[in-house]
Amino acid sequence: MQDTSMLQPPTLPTNYTVKHGHIRTSTGKTVRTEEMIINMGPQHPSTHGVLRLEIVVDGEIIVECIPHIGYLHRCFEKHCEHMTNYQQVIPYVDRMDYCSAMTNEWAFALAVERLLKIEVPERVEYIRVIMAELQRIASHLIAVGTYGIDSGAFTPFLYTFIDREKILDLFEMTCGARLLYNYIWIGGLSHDLPPKFIEQAKDFISYFRPRIKMLNDLLSYNEIFVKRTANVGVLPKDVAINYAVSGPQLRGSGVNWDLRRDDPYSVYHKLNWEPQIGKGEMGTVGDCWDRHIVRMREMEQSLNLVEQALSTLPEGNIQAAIPKRIRPEKDAEIYVRSESSRGELGFYIISDGTASPYRVKARGPAFVNLSVLPEIAKGAMIADLVLIAGSIDIVLGEVDR
Amino acid sequence: MTPQEIFNILKANFGGALTEATISATGGSSATGYAMQVWIQIAPDKLRDVCLFLRDDHVMQFDYLSCLSGVDYQNGSFGVVYHLASTVHKHKIILKTLCKKEDLRVQSVSTVWGTANWHEREAFDLYGIVFDGHPDLRRILLPDDWDGYPLRKDFKVQEFYHGIKVPD
Amino acid sequence: MEFIQSILANELIVAIILSLLPLFFIIIYALIVLYTEMKVAAHIQDRVAYMRTGWHGVLQPIADMVKLLQKEDIIPAHADKLLFRMAPFIAFIGTYAAYAVLPFSSIYIGSNINVGVFFLVAMGSLVVIGILMAGWASNNKWSLFGGVRSAAQMVSYEIPTALAIIIVVMITGSLNLQEITKFQEGGIGHWIVFGGPLPWNQKLILMPFTFITFLIVFVASIAEVNRTPFDLPEAESELVQGFNTEYSGMRFAMFYLSEYANLFTVSAVVVALFLGGWSSPFGTLMSGPVWGIFWFVLKAYLFVFIQIWIRWTLPRLRVDQLMYVSWKVLTPWLFVCLLAVGFILVN
Repeated sequence: MQDTSMLQPPTLPTNYTVKHGHIRTSTGKTVRTEEMIINMGPQHPSTHGVLRLEIVVDGEIIVECIPHIGYLHRCFEKHCEHMTNYQQVIPYVDRMDYCSAMTNEWAFALAVERLLKIEVPERVEYIRVIMAELQRIASHLIAVGTYGIDSGAFTPFLYTFIDREKILDLFEMTCGARLLYNYIWIGGLSHDLPPKFIEQAKDFISYFRPRIKMLNDLLSYNEIFVKRTANVGVLPKDVAINYAVSGPQLRGSGVNWDLRRDDPYSVYHKLNWEPQIGKGEMGTVGDCWDRHIVRMREMEQSLNLVEQALSTLPEGNIQAAIPKRIRPEKDAEIYVRSESSRGELGFYIISDGTASPYRVKARGPAFVNLSVLPEIAKGAMIADLVLIAGSIDIVLGEVDR
Repeated sequence: MTPQEIFNILKANFGGALTEATISATGGSSATGYAMQVWIQIAPDKLRDVCLFLRDDHVMQFDYLSCLSGVDYQNGSFGVVYHLASTVHKHKIILKTLCKKEDLRVQSVSTVWGTANWHEREAFDLYGIVFDGHPDLRRILLPDDWDGYPLRKDFKVQEFYHGIKVPD
Repeated sequence: MEFIQSILANELIVAIILSLLPLFFIIIYALIVLYTEMKVAAHIQDRVAYMRTGWHGVLQPIADMVKLLQKEDIIPAHADKLLFRMAPFIAFIGTYAAYAVLPFSSIYIGSNINVGVFFLVAMGSLVVIGILMAGWASNNKWSLFGGVRSAAQMVSYEIPTALAIIIVVMITGSLNLQEITKFQEGGIGHWIVFGGPLPWNQKLILMPFTFITFLIVFVASIAEVNRTPFDLPEAESELVQGFNTEYSGMRFAMFYLSEYANLFTVSAVVVALFLGGWSSPFGTLMSGPVWGIFWFVLKAYLFVFIQIWIRWTLPRLRVDQLMYVSWKVLTPWLFVCLLAVGFILVN
């Protein structure tokens, strides 16, 4: 007899009652209709991880959509309080948003460096920019590839992963790891760039530029794909700002907000690039197609950034002079936000004067971006829900931490 | 707008609600001129009015709530920290409220900023801080029938959960 | 057919042998098309598929079949057992019955009935019933969704198919598939898709309309077999496997087999109606009863290949867009073609 105590019944918020209705058929009889509660369970080919979506549907139209998260909660914040060293937190931060590990590490290292008022050498800044932008491209490739699968096109996924392999080769050459790097350390980097890196990176740049165009032709401007994603899941500008959405999702709604320019850090103000905004070319501003095309165009901008950083890379140290025991002042606290692949990744660190942090709060962009799903999914069809959830581009490691 | 100016405007409008404003000496990067962190402390039962004012006032327009965190200060008081930003004027401010452990109630700002909904659920889940006026306050990251509030400093993990031994 | 009858005097045995012949054909064909699909998909996606079982993986379909045969037979707890068991067979019966009227060659057709095309359209509807039964009996909301969507889709795409068949019937004057194929004998210029065996001035006016009809019926046939871009009923990304979700092992293999058999059927219908069936494109060169089978299978297989190609390239349409395409795009165009062809034939 199986133990059913672990099975939890569907929990709708505060006494939601399923509505019944009546419709009149053409023969004059009344037919009783009822809304249906469907579970897009934790294991599903399309929910990008262990996310449970409880949907109340009326036929095919969604009346209410309630996400249930927490299946991947790994107590990151509690762990941080028991670390013996700030440096030890970096591998844990990697595993939060595992598709975009370099930007995670950079956000945390930035926070601790600001807390200690450390200045890092110029070379470190440029290498960090190169790594973060390559990581942004890799993360957007996953997003675009899996979005193709959600809409039924199985082929772009494999093409994007071929390109991603080349980026992962670059990372492996530098720090030995393909997915979770432990590369950006507090005050600098763990390894310097190997001799062949610059040449291979330049090869990648010239290889990848035409591939973006091919992906656009194959997927983004495909008639069927446009029909599926245009005017679907429209996120209006004011709703987006009210729900503190960030990253490509916010820019897809037409808001010109990019933390690399509006809350500048590192050497982004010295490089030539532009945030990409959704303009509603194929439908309304803020629909799924806009978010998708913002990601495609951001990949191109990142490529430009990598090219510029490679050409102006200065010589120097890869590690600043930091104390052996990182001990910020007592009661010092800081909140630093940076632009990760998914949006605003912020770390709020409170120190109590000892070598281990007192409180580390990770503000994950996927967590906040996902909270807007019930708003934009109302009135859509079930087939659209998959595409809307895919266009938010969540990684459950960051949602649950 | 500098934090001092924001504090002055708030003091003029809300007077007694503000208990303290401190300039924190943390942070600084000469390359990009990163400003220092200042926070304004608000009483927990006046929070919603102050936040509404901060969001709607034309001069300030703090329409973006970056982060909402709970903190356990270990001296019998818990705090909730709000990091606000403005996409229009591009300035930032930090708000804090403190409440005693025996009476962990703070006004909810989920009607002011929609993102506070999930953040407050997380603070409730991990600290046990109850937010008055929240439309749907229940656990978000942990299972609904979990015992206790893990991020508190005096938290002892339960031994068994549904018959499974909880590792420590 | 009469040739076999002359060897064995007993009519009943002849009938049984003839009705089992397509089954052997389907089984062999299913193995080949399975292999084709995997390899074509792989090469489109810039990878190689099976390479280990046999030379370049040719034995893999047999391995798949053996694997499916030896799986445990699971029926969900509260499923409607009778319907659950019957559904794959009904779907297969619908597909298989259509093989009775496909003209494989000038000497072989399972059953030379005078209302061949009418019988085909009718049997296509039987598959819908099988799928609906599968969706309902699985006791699973996602399967129900898949079954209902599939029923709506197949029913609405039978209209363009039937209209296109009417156009061909108007040109050839017969519902008998063997007659229609004989009508197009004589080389590639005589095929209906290029206007039929008429004088060249008539053909030139008729050709655009028959060509459009051919394209439309090809699109409708992809929708009939639930393939991408019309594969929402079994959309892997949304409905886990649609009406197929709760099926495993041999029952799943039955559905799979009926899908591939259906692929061939609809391609064969398109070929028989528009592309000359078993007649050789070169006129008298390479034509004859045995060559007929070769040409028929080759042309039908070419369309199967095109369907596989399209599947791995395009995304899928949403269910309401699918219905929109059928009712508001394909059907009006077919009415225009119908009127135009009728008008031309009268004059």
